[in-house]
Amino acid sequence: MLGKGIAKGLAETARNFFGSFVAEERLTTVQFPDERLIQPEATRVFPFLVYDGADSEMGLRCVACKICEVECPPKCIYIDKSAGKKPDYAGKQQFFPDKFDIDVSVCMSCQICVEVCPFDAIKMDTAFELSTDDRFAGLMWPKERLARSNSYYHSIHPAEATEVDAQLAEKKAKAEAKPVAGAAAAR
Amino acid sequence: MTQAVDQVFVTLKHSAVFHSPTELQPAVSILLSIVPVLVVFPSLFAVTTILERKGLARIQNRYGPNRVGPFGFLQPLADGLKSLTKEDIVPASADKLVHFLAPLLLVMTAFLEYSILPIGRNMIVADLDSGVVFFFAVSAAMELSIFMAGWSSRNKYSLLGAMRAVAQMISYEAPLILSSVCVIMAAGSLSTVQIVEKQAGYSGIWPHWYVLTPWGFGGFALFMIAATAESNRSPFDLPEGESEIIAGYFTEYSGFKFALFFLGEYLGMFAITGLGITLFLGGWAAPFSFLTWVPSWIWFFAKLLVLIGVFIWIRGTLPRLRMDQLMNFAWKFMLPMALVVILSAGIWRFMPAGVLRWLVCAAPILAGYLFIGRILSGGQGLEKRIYRFAE
Repeated sequence: MLGKGIAKGLAETARNFFGSFVAEERLTTVQFPDERLIQPEATRVFPFLVYDGADSEMGLRCVACKICEVECPPKCIYIDKSAGKKPDYAGKQQFFPDKFDIDVSVCMSCQICVEVCPFDAIKMDTAFELSTDDRFAGLMWPKERLARSNSYYHSIHPAEATEVDAQLAEKKAKAEAKPVAGAAAAR
Repeated sequence: MTQAVDQVFVTLKHSAVFHSPTELQPAVSILLSIVPVLVVFPSLFAVTTILERKGLARIQNRYGPNRVGPFGFLQPLADGLKSLTKEDIVPASADKLVHFLAPLLLVMTAFLEYSILPIGRNMIVADLDSGVVFFFAVSAAMELSIFMAGWSSRNKYSLLGAMRAVAQMISYEAPLILSSVCVIMAAGSLSTVQIVEKQAGYSGIWPHWYVLTPWGFGGFALFMIAATAESNRSPFDLPEGESEIIAGYFTEYSGFKFALFFLGEYLGMFAITGLGITLFLGGWAAPFSFLTWVPSWIWFFAKLLVLIGVFIWIRGTLPRLRMDQLMNFAWKFMLPMALVVILSAGIWRFMPAGVLRWLVCAAPILAGYLFIGRILSGGQGLEKRIYRFAE
């Protein structure tokens, strides 16, 4: 009969109309600035540099080995190695970056720098509200801006950070055991 | 007391006219009749835009605009300011004068239509003896302004939209007028005030609205379908089908002229809905005899808002028609059905009241609906499509 489909359609839209007031699950809109979804742990936006302890200069894990600079596909990392050395997390003297810049306007968030870093010094950040009114200097992030504490790393990627901490502790224990073993052999 | 509240605007106007200087009295009287219409209906337009956007959003399980003001209800204000600050672009090859006049003419004709609508007891701008004829004559000028807009823009999309608009509006004008003829036959008058007064009585608690008769119901349904087409509302929004011809006849309009087209379109919709209320739903009369204490103008606007809600509901439900479907529907269904309704109204007039009259009058309408509907939905070779490889 003519009009049956129209009646069906009207019933459907009416159900949606009233349902959207009653049933929470119908309204899937997340009103972004006011409401936020919890980001999945694997979220990645741009890299950051991890430092241990409280001092972002002294605690920086990066040893300026430049592997990430070389491996970076779009070549957005710029590192200058320091002249002197500073002790790393295990107490060993290491170089550190005088300059560590990432041009985030070029970065493509591929995470390759994170994959290749042997020191777990560079990780992916989850912050995404990064707009700036200066498209050159504002998007060339220096070491100071990239440095984030290990506790921040724990807060955004808890499982991964715990794993990294365990690995580093193991390495540190090995490094501390080694000189003792060497001394024993010499004796 | 109820009488005083019902007539508050009328008495206010009379006292204002009475206290003004004698030589100014006609002017003051005219002004006080026109200005409320010029204020109330555009404000209703503003309210409708936000209600429509929110309603459609809810139909699609969204929130709709909710940023400007409480619950987003100041959105029309923001929209108005925005359209005022936009650049007014006139195409270089456009017919400048006609291009300028078209939106003005549209809004003016839309406002003229309100002059014969009784929006309350004794509340009418001009009680013309041939009010209904005046209404249809003026609404025909609306087509002219739409065609002016499409023609003067010198844009193929505008012209296509205008051609569609003219074809559609002329096609649907026939069933629109024929379906109101049955009311004119029953009321024996073309004056909107008298048509409303004819429906003002009650039997028991039930009103004597024409929509509560078989021919009235059929006529009302036809009238509202034709009104949807006349006001270019979805699903009959071919003249401005944005997925097909950009924005149709107002493609080349920007800024406030664009807003004027919107205003004119909505005003036209309110006016034709108001006429539908006047003809079939008893105008300002209360729906039940025990509700007559509520002021008449509240009833008019309540009915108007309900019908606007139905328009929004239909817009949220139905997809746009194709041009041939539109024309088939107008000439092969609406027009014969309107004639059947007129026949039924004639039988109703000459039969004694009773159950038999109901049956005799309802039978041709029902039979016509089923028969014509079968032909219309049958002969197009539309079958349920089988997706052999998708199963």
